[in-house]
Amino acid sequence: MGRKYKLPVELLGVLLGLLWLAPFYLMIVNSFKTKREIFSDTLKLPEGFNFDNYIEAFTQLNFMQTFFNSLLITIVSVFIIVIFSSMAAYALSRNKSKVSTVIFFIFVAAMLIPFQSVMIPLVTVFGKFEMLNRSGLIFMYLGFGASLSIFLYYGTLNSIPKSLDEAATIDGANKFQVFWYIIFPMLKPITVTVAILNTIWIWNDYLLPSLVINQEGMETIPLKMFFFFGEYTKQWHLALAGLTIGILPVIIAYFFAQREIIKGVSEGAVK
Amino acid sequence: MLRTRDLSYWLFLAPVLIALSLVVVVPLGLGVYYSFTDWNGIEVGSFVGFENYINVFQDEEFMAALWFTVKFSIVSIILINFFGLSLALIVTSKIKSSKLLRTIFFMPNLIGGLILGFIWQFIFMKVFDGIGTHFGIENLQGWLSTTETGFWGLVILMSWQMAGYIMVIYIAYLESVPTELIEAAEIDGASPFQRLVYIIFPLVAPAFTVSMFLTLSNTFKLYDQNLSLTGGGPYKSTQMVSMEIFKTAFVESELSYAQAKAVIFFLIVAVISLTQVYINKKREVEM
Repeated sequence: MGRKYKLPVELLGVLLGLLWLAPFYLMIVNSFKTKREIFSDTLKLPEGFNFDNYIEAFTQLNFMQTFFNSLLITIVSVFIIVIFSSMAAYALSRNKSKVSTVIFFIFVAAMLIPFQSVMIPLVTVFGKFEMLNRSGLIFMYLGFGASLSIFLYYGTLNSIPKSLDEAATIDGANKFQVFWYIIFPMLKPITVTVAILNTIWIWNDYLLPSLVINQEGMETIPLKMFFFFGEYTKQWHLALAGLTIGILPVIIAYFFAQREIIKGVSEGAVK
Repeated sequence: MLRTRDLSYWLFLAPVLIALSLVVVVPLGLGVYYSFTDWNGIEVGSFVGFENYINVFQDEEFMAALWFTVKFSIVSIILINFFGLSLALIVTSKIKSSKLLRTIFFMPNLIGGLILGFIWQFIFMKVFDGIGTHFGIENLQGWLSTTETGFWGLVILMSWQMAGYIMVIYIAYLESVPTELIEAAEIDGASPFQRLVYIIFPLVAPAFTVSMFLTLSNTFKLYDQNLSLTGGGPYKSTQMVSMEIFKTAFVESELSYAQAKAVIFFLIVAVISLTQVYINKKREVEM
């Protein structure tokens, strides 16, 4: 851009930035108001920073428990996806037979299948085997998340020379040792990308957990938020405080790792 | 290195193969089978051929949802890509606030669609209404209570959420455009608009395909935002395909019928995705 356009572009950018932040502003500002204040005016600042709404919402959401549920499911699922997808991608990249090509193709093709088209039989089959619980959910995340993760690992693995594996094998390492001690550490950048993409997805997922772990005490943040919101639709002051609490962990994480997150998401999309 | 007859090859692959089979392949196969029967979730009574499928095409509710989804997807794709590209051009133009703006525009993507829908429900129902009443603007009142405002509410929500995501993709391509090329055009007297249309756009053409299909697949399969913003209302008029399938299955308990809808949904999505693969391949050959 030419120099004379710089100021107008900067102004336009800042204006759009403020517009993009407006929903968050409105949510936070109104979460500190009383029901009466919201009724009279939604735009102005609250009369005082009243944390009553937050205390009430925090209790109603049973937030410590709910947050822990989300954290547990996300961490375990992402950990399992990283381990098993990288292993599978390694096998496929070090064995270029017809069998490998077919398996790789199946995983890529599975990415095209929308969740809604398998959801009904999935829930009934898992229900029959009493697997509609946390372990079942984590296993499902592996099944749904493996494809993209394998795809991303596969690309990187192909660029790591096979002579490295051979050297380690000559030194007496077995296949698993070669992978864990030599190859896996070299995959760190793509592992970060895979972990970020899966974390965003699983942390925010609503539909699958709503079908699988829909019971008192098991709810993740999106699930609990749905029930909470249903109870408090006419009480916006409480609903907004609850929503603010719900997104706070994500905003904090974003604050610390925004570079990695934006990079990871763009890599995942472009490939 | 790893031979197909080696046990270790299969050990490396076993966990994901088992998971994919049980979670995706088997349910998909069963689903296709069930869609041709009168399955009720517990047992299959009899084989009904294409009956479910014929009924789907005469199902006004499903066809309305499909049509609503198509309209919503087309409008959203255009707006999301327009905003995504505009934001990308703004933040890559060496302005001071570039880094901060990227962070802000991208932020909505990290938050779940369900929560974003609730936030916007407040904005449309309370804030819009408040401003409308205060200034006497009737168009801002009663949002989400009509089909039209529900439609535009969803479009605004999705554009706000996804523009930053698409922006990130355009940035990746824009930053790979060699600066010498742009400087050379500048010296030759090309205006910023000419540089944009004749130099930058052709070079970032692949980004258009990638972004178009990413937005398409996201808007076409939308569920969470639909559920939390409008809930399909008023009178199911803003209900999209995903929600329609969900309700047929888990509210009306017509499982084999819902599964026939799910198979049709799968076929539509597959055709869209394969078209994308085809276009990408064709372009690669041309280049």
